[in-house]
Amino acid sequence: MLKTLLYDGSWTGLMTIVFCSYEYKWQIATIQHNAQYIQSGLFVTTENIISDDDKAKRVLLGLEKKIGIQGIKELYYVFLSEIKHRELLILRSISYYFNSENKPNLNYANDDILQIKKIVRSVSREKHRLKAFVRFQKMKDGLYFANLEPDFNVLPLMVNFFKERFADQKWLIYDLKRHFGIYYDLDQVVEVQFSNTFNSDYIAFHLDDEELRYSYLWKHYFDSVNIKERKNTKLHVQSLPKRYWKYLNEKNLL
Amino acid sequence: MSDRIFKKLHILADAAKYDVSCSSSGSNRANKNKGIGNANQSGICHSYTEDGRCVSLLKILLTNHCIYDCAYCVSRKSNDIERAAFTVQEVVDLTINFYRRNYIEGLFLSSGIFKNADYTMERLVSIAKKLRLEHKFNGYIHLKTIPGSSDELVHEAGLYADRLSINLEIPTKEGLKLLAPDKSREEMILPMRYLKNEIIRTNEERKVIKSTPTFAPAGQSTQMIIGASGESDKHIILTAQHFYKKYHLKRVYYSGYVPISYDKRLPEIGTAVPMVRENRLYQSDWLMRFYGFKAEEIVNDTHPLLDLDIDPKLSWALRNQHAFPVDINKANYHTILRVPGIGVQSAKKIIMARRFGPLRIEHLQKLGVATNRAKYFITCLGFQQIYADKSGTNIKQYILAQSTSKYTKNNSQQLTLF
Ligand code: SF4
Repeated sequence: MLKTLLYDGSWTGLMTIVFCSYEYKWQIATIQHNAQYIQSGLFVTTENIISDDDKAKRVLLGLEKKIGIQGIKELYYVFLSEIKHRELLILRSISYYFNSENKPNLNYANDDILQIKKIVRSVSREKHRLKAFVRFQKMKDGLYFANLEPDFNVLPLMVNFFKERFADQKWLIYDLKRHFGIYYDLDQVVEVQFSNTFNSDYIAFHLDDEELRYSYLWKHYFDSVNIKERKNTKLHVQSLPKRYWKYLNEKNLL
Repeated sequence: MSDRIFKKLHILADAAKYDVSCSSSGSNRANKNKGIGNANQSGICHSYTEDGRCVSLLKILLTNHCIYDCAYCVSRKSNDIERAAFTVQEVVDLTINFYRRNYIEGLFLSSGIFKNADYTMERLVSIAKKLRLEHKFNGYIHLKTIPGSSDELVHEAGLYADRLSINLEIPTKEGLKLLAPDKSREEMILPMRYLKNEIIRTNEERKVIKSTPTFAPAGQSTQMIIGASGESDKHIILTAQHFYKKYHLKRVYYSGYVPISYDKRLPEIGTAVPMVRENRLYQSDWLMRFYGFKAEEIVNDTHPLLDLDIDPKLSWALRNQHAFPVDINKANYHTILRVPGIGVQSAKKIIMARRFGPLRIEHLQKLGVATNRAKYFITCLGFQQIYADKSGTNIKQYILAQSTSKYTKNNSQQLTLF
């Protein structure tokens, strides 16, 4: 009988599902986040899966032998893409991996794998872009603050980059779309959530006295380095997609 | 912070913008003992100008005062423009504050020559030194070496900078003599040779003594201005190859000349910037650095100019049809790389994927091969080369007719690489 599985939306939860589906040889119709679950068809039974660290770990160990850390990383990127039906794609690929030899994740002629590579490319591209496009604003208390709304859930992929780079300043990067941020307190990075809704007036009010001047200097610099004889709007927009402009002070300040 | 700084930034960023060598890649500088910043091997573009070029480093001149009079340069002595100079501290503050806000990867500092070479070089070095030692700054630093400065200063620069560069600007000796009478090719090449030897020496030393300080870890680069002095593509590409080989340069940059003066020796103001040519030169450069091509295969006495309507790899293939067709399921990596329409990434994927079974043309398409070009040069499972008997000119016509967007003239300002 076909099953609908409900889980907590976490990576550990998804790996637990992989474990159980092997253990009990389930036929799975859909996998859904339990907070978003809507009653489905008549001929399916639902099963609530409780995230289990040990089970997840066993799956990951097995996977590592088949496809290495790099292969697992790809699956994790697919997971963070939040693309519809990503759970089933991941589940299907894992079962293909477990049934094949010879680094099966490199079989670029397989449709699922091609799709994975494509998603990984999109997520990586956004991760790379956001490393570049995060614009910190200095606050009165010395905190460097940035907010953004990425298409994919890439914040978890950016922790190490910013921690290594800005080791001697406190910073906070907030995902307005998913309502959480990562905060570095000069020692470690923790996940944080604003209790009230995000308030841009509050931010503006608490900016460091020099913040606007540096912001304008940057904008000034940006305008000065343009060579008008070489203007190429198409390339400009392609490299700097418009949806990111609202976070870029060089594109915003008047 | 005074308003004067806005003015200075405007003048000195504006004057530095024609230098294209602005990448921040090639250095792996870790953030030690909780300092600020690190350098990323592949570099990061933090923004893009409206002309579509990457903004990665704070690229400024220390000053646009200059005692020389190079015809192609906005800072030349005889040019009637507003002059300015940053203080050492101003450059340091701008760099640190821009960096902390994640605007930039680091600093690219160049300068007009004021007083003399050493006097100028000393200031450039002291900025880098201050950033590294006083601010524990580990971001990227690129310093322009001033031709004619002493070995000791160049050496010190190498200790603090990630990359050093000396711009050749004019690819031919004669052209340089005509346009930059105060400069000599020899004077430019001497520090290049010195740097090459120092880089080799310190690398050798590091193998034995771990604590040897790094010396210009991202190496040295240069820039040539294209279209200012009537040089041929053959000349440019052979010069580039020479400098890659003899001076171990990491990069050679090509900068289409933007007319900035009414000097009779130069193209008139309003002459179009040779952007397609510049792009073809970059493609040739890639062929040499990543595809195993020799300069002489790309340009030679019978073919001294790059085609503007097709890329240099396709051009080579059409002139060397005896090297084709290539069997995708059998040929080695290097041979596959030479097929038009197949880039480094897709060549690697082909090698991986064919271990699971022979590839068909549909697979190639999925792997990212531009089959509309590649199909004239390959065989694979279920696909025979049907155009084998066609002439190069014919194939070129087919390709141009089919790939309208990529090769049309009005769209060719910046083309993708292969
Ligand atoms: S020496 Fe350098 S700054 Fe001075 S005029 Fe020549 S190119 Fe310009």
